Amino acid sequence: MGASRKPPQRDLPGPIEWMRSNLFSSVLNSALTLVAILVVYQTVVPFIEWTVFDAAWSGSTRDACLSHEDGACWPFIYARLGQIVYGFYDDNQRWRVDIVFIMLGTGLAWLVLPMTGAKGRVGILMLTVFPVLSFVLLVGGWGLPQVPIEKWGGLLITLVVAVTGIVASLPIGVLLALGRRSALPVVRSLSVAFIELWRGVPLITVLFMAANMLPLFMPAGVSINKLLSALIAVALFSSAYMAEVVRGGLQAVDKGQYEAAAALGLGYWRAMAFVILPQALRLSLPNIVGNFIGLLKDTSLVSIIGFFDLLGIVQSGNADAEWATPNTAMTGYVFAGALFWIMCFSMSRYSKYLEGNLQSGERR
Amino acid sequence: MRNLRSITYQAVLAGVVLFVVVGMAWNASNALERQHIASGFDFLNITAGFDIVQSLIRFDETSTYARVLLVGVLNTLLVAIVGIVIATGVGLVIGIGQLSSNWLIARICRVYVETLRNIPLLLQLFFWYFAVLRALPGPRDSWSVLDVVFLNNRGLYVPRPSAEAGFEYVVFAFLAGVLGSVFVWWRQAKVREQAGHAAPAGMIVAALLVLPALVAGAFLDFPLRLTSPVLQGFNFEGGVVVLPEFMALVVALSTYTASYIGEIVRGAIQGVAKGQLEASQALGLKRGQTLRLVLIPQAMRQVIPPLTSQYLNLTKNSSLAVAIAYPDLVSVFAGTTLNQTGQAIEIIAITMGVYLTFSLVTSALMNVYNSRIALTER
Repeated sequence: MGASRKPPQRDLPGPIEWMRSNLFSSVLNSALTLVAILVVYQTVVPFIEWTVFDAAWSGSTRDACLSHEDGACWPFIYARLGQIVYGFYDDNQRWRVDIVFIMLGTGLAWLVLPMTGAKGRVGILMLTVFPVLSFVLLVGGWGLPQVPIEKWGGLLITLVVAVTGIVASLPIGVLLALGRRSALPVVRSLSVAFIELWRGVPLITVLFMAANMLPLFMPAGVSINKLLSALIAVALFSSAYMAEVVRGGLQAVDKGQYEAAAALGLGYWRAMAFVILPQALRLSLPNIVGNFIGLLKDTSLVSIIGFFDLLGIVQSGNADAEWATPNTAMTGYVFAGALFWIMCFSMSRYSKYLEGNLQSGERR
Repeated sequence: MRNLRSITYQAVLAGVVLFVVVGMAWNASNALERQHIASGFDFLNITAGFDIVQSLIRFDETSTYARVLLVGVLNTLLVAIVGIVIATGVGLVIGIGQLSSNWLIARICRVYVETLRNIPLLLQLFFWYFAVLRALPGPRDSWSVLDVVFLNNRGLYVPRPSAEAGFEYVVFAFLAGVLGSVFVWWRQAKVREQAGHAAPAGMIVAALLVLPALVAGAFLDFPLRLTSPVLQGFNFEGGVVVLPEFMALVVALSTYTASYIGEIVRGAIQGVAKGQLEASQALGLKRGQTLRLVLIPQAMRQVIPPLTSQYLNLTKNSSLAVAIAYPDLVSVFAGTTLNQTGQAIEIIAITMGVYLTFSLVTSALMNVYNSRIALTER
């Protein structure tokens, strides 16, 4: 194409013209616009007033909030911030949780940001060394005092459940996906049964199962920790979903790749490990992130079986007589909702970005 | 050689799975014996001895656990069906709205999707139940519509309809009208296809749906009485009450699922080949007609499978009812019944079995439907 061929110059529309074509292009559109303005006015304005202008911002007891009848009670959040993040983790041991958070944050940033290198190695570290290190730091041992799991809570439990779920479900999910596409009938039917069983039932029944049935399945004298059984439930459940995501990736890999691998004389496992899976996992990465968003939201269900996760802590605060105000519950939900929203929304943006990257890579 | 190896692999795997399952069963039977918990399904015939606040069938303290199961299943289905209907409507609006040429409408729909999709459903449920419905005024200061419908923190009170003598004739007239309208619809569609000229059906269908029942009702002096709820003492009597738990669950489930349905609808409409849009514009169809006659029918084909999985998700998510004590399957059966009898294995198995049946039946129906409407590509 000739370098001098520029597209014809187009004037940018002025605000009036823009409004005419985008908001008032017809009678119906104008009416819709007016209704929409009314809806925004009726929802956004009261919400901002409630969260900012009419809210109680300072103070340390509920008395500070009682004078703000139509506003958020932020002192409740200040007072509970420690619990919201760490649960009932011992005050002087919270630095251990901080280190885990920092490791997680740095690791994720490394994997997500485009300018860093050696992502593969960092990814493997995050899947192997990080969980072990975090386990030691959070539970205790090797000179660190033990912190019983009953004291964990808040964001800590939420992230522990979500991250364990995703880390455990990746390998299991890959195996199940391969099993579902296997030529061996026993392997295939067992995989299909396993996947469809967990995908067909609600997570809460799986959590109930873990809480009530897993202890019965253990040999006599072996007791199973409550958190561990919940983690097993979440891992089983999410590995079934992960399997379907990976299966989608496996299906999307070009058939020629399978044939090429076979032509090179690679056996099944080597073909999968070196040729097929690297491509399939890359293709399913956006959906894996999507799965993780779902899992992060689903972790809030552990509050039903008695954990004080992010939502559970906020919910328990509502029942606290010391903070009984008309706005406590709403304040807690808005705060927890905002935290969840930031985490989930940024991940969904990231997943979109990955998808875009994949498409541009495929467009040769 | 290869065959032998694959058989060995499978035999080993089957052996390991069998070993684990038998081991767990062995441990479980020992544990049950130690804790003196009965096993088997005999408990289903025992009297439950508790009441359930909402039931579609007759239920009282003398009913059995089997009946509890049935009430739970019906309550789950009720909330799921109502939720699905609302979610579909809202989702369709949100999906089409996202593609609106009106910038503000498109923006609002986008914000709706991105907000609701990224906040846990349980949190939204708590929000609706504890922060919104609990904050409604008490019975004495209820919000009311025309003094017939009342909304307060104990629920939504609507008039109770009761049929009087002759009501069955109105029902017959209505059914006849429905049959007639189906016939007209089918007949006119055939005329359109074969004769190729316009054969409107809308008005006739609408008239056939409304008029027969109305005429029959007028002849019989409208044999349907509505008993309005009336405030007596501290609460309302005489109407039908929709529990706040039910309302919160329906609102949370349907608004949440609608955000996913909106995305599905948007994707499907955008997925219709661009040539179709251009062709319909070339034929001079208006924007609404393009949407209704060209884009939506083609988008439907792509929408059905993911839509079904959203319906199933909504049904499964209705189990969050247990968190606000709406008497659904999980709440009354895997909750109360399990606590009273302690028979965890049987109860969890039945509960999971019910949900699994919903899923499998739906996906079986879906496969049949899909194979029927699948587009035969050139």
